[in-house]
Amino acid sequence: MPLRTEPVTVNIGPQHPSTHGVFRMRVTFDGEVVLDVEPVFGYLHRGSEKLAEERTYTQVITLTDRLDYVASMTSNQAYVLACEQLGDIQTPERGRYLRVIAAELQRVASHLMATGFLLNDLGAFATPLMYCFREREKVLDLFEMLCGARITMTYLRVGGVFQDAPEEFWPALKRFVAEMPHYIDEYEQLLSENEILLARTRGVGVLGTGEALNCSVTGPVLRSTGFAWDLRKVDPYEVYDRLEFEVPVGEHGDNYDRYKVRILEMRQSVRILEQCLAQVPSGPVRAEVPQLYRPPPGEAYGRVESPKGELGFYLVSDGGIAPYRCKVRSPSFINLTVLRDLLVGWKLADMIVTFGSIDVNMGEVDR
Amino acid sequence: MYGLGILNGMLVTMKNLVRRPFTVRYPEERLPQHPRFRGQEFVWYVERCTGCASCAKYCPLGIIRIVTHPGGADLPEGDSYAVDVFDIDLGRCMFCGLCVEACPYDALFMGSGFEEAQYERGKLVLTVDRLKEAEKRPSTWFRPQLESRGYSPFRDPPLPWELAGREGWRYHLPQRPGSGSEAGPPDARREEAG
Repeated sequence: MPLRTEPVTVNIGPQHPSTHGVFRMRVTFDGEVVLDVEPVFGYLHRGSEKLAEERTYTQVITLTDRLDYVASMTSNQAYVLACEQLGDIQTPERGRYLRVIAAELQRVASHLMATGFLLNDLGAFATPLMYCFREREKVLDLFEMLCGARITMTYLRVGGVFQDAPEEFWPALKRFVAEMPHYIDEYEQLLSENEILLARTRGVGVLGTGEALNCSVTGPVLRSTGFAWDLRKVDPYEVYDRLEFEVPVGEHGDNYDRYKVRILEMRQSVRILEQCLAQVPSGPVRAEVPQLYRPPPGEAYGRVESPKGELGFYLVSDGGIAPYRCKVRSPSFINLTVLRDLLVGWKLADMIVTFGSIDVNMGEVDR
Repeated sequence: MYGLGILNGMLVTMKNLVRRPFTVRYPEERLPQHPRFRGQEFVWYVERCTGCASCAKYCPLGIIRIVTHPGGADLPEGDSYAVDVFDIDLGRCMFCGLCVEACPYDALFMGSGFEEAQYERGKLVLTVDRLKEAEKRPSTWFRPQLESRGYSPFRDPPLPWELAGREGWRYHLPQRPGSGSEAGPPDARREEAG
């Protein structure tokens, strides 16, 4: 008969190096085994949805930067798509391509961060993380060329992007697209066959497709269960219907599959960038939208496939200069709903890895 | 064989052990910044500013404070406003650049630096005197006239106010391969906006 111990409730977080951001878990342990998990969040709540109601449509873009601060471009994109639906604005072709380029670069940057921190959680302290950050720096340098900032971009505008890319951006992007597959090979050589990684992640934190769909989980977490659901394919926005790419899926829905899906998605993103480089037309990048944008009364839901999943903005307009209501469907928040099911029964060390493999961003969870 | 994956991974580590470092020793060495970098210490040309307060209106946080009175010292009354107070509270600024985008007279530019740390919050406020005296190294963010000239705030000398505007700028630039044409005159868009 196994020895039972007294269950102990431990607070992990909100200030804990192994939780990504200010996230708190009240975990009940039996020895080292997790009996129950109660996520507590709201420590980073800034009231972005309410703040959006008293800012003009252009000013709200700065708020969306701060939702998912490792993937600002896709946050911008979901918001401006909703705004454009409200006013029925057609974005010029070149603007759309620039947006796709920005979004795919951002996906690479975000997945690099997720991969690096997953390994950091596994105990491979800093080495894989620093390799990933080396390439992330290159993406951020490209963003600096595009919009002058590295984290909080505010690059996209209603009706396009704020300004055309500078001349030196295109050779730099070509170089990045040429180099990136080698770097991804390097991560795969370093990590994908590593026995320690396999032992720690294979079969750990298994999520079934049905359970994932029930919890409306999206993004790499859903795709790792073997369900090919990608908004870029299912509901193509911008110019994704003209681009060729695959939707990588996993098989088992465990931590390893989530890691692997992200690696494969980075390869597909590089493929999309290559095609964009060949296809990008010349022309204006921004439609004629006044800075005090006043869409007609109505409502719109703009959604994109952000690196974390389906990111949606639901906007209600009353004809004024500010949204009447702004609701964010943030993928990190909804993906967290499966956290308890993934963790119960596993040990403390697996708990940290599983939480890391969902790749949440607290800025987006708490909004 | 067990351990082969680890050995394979160690090859990567070994390869990275012998190559040159990617990082630089920051205070002594610096990575190059792009001229579009949205930095601190805003560049403001009092000669160009009319005191219209568009920047203050478009600021999402309302941190630009402007007090004006009609007629400057050397300007006829009604022609322009004299700017008495032009405070930018850098302590709350998020460097989104919407003020620069809103400025119709090219009087306000983003700066290019990032090392304005202070020990007191009060010292972070850029007052009108500090803005007047500061060295003018504007960022080319949202200023295509500077970009088409190839201006770089890190390499080139400080820019006088006569050269900063878009008056002499030809926006119908010849098409370049890969870069496309410019978006068109930003001022035309703004006039339409009213």
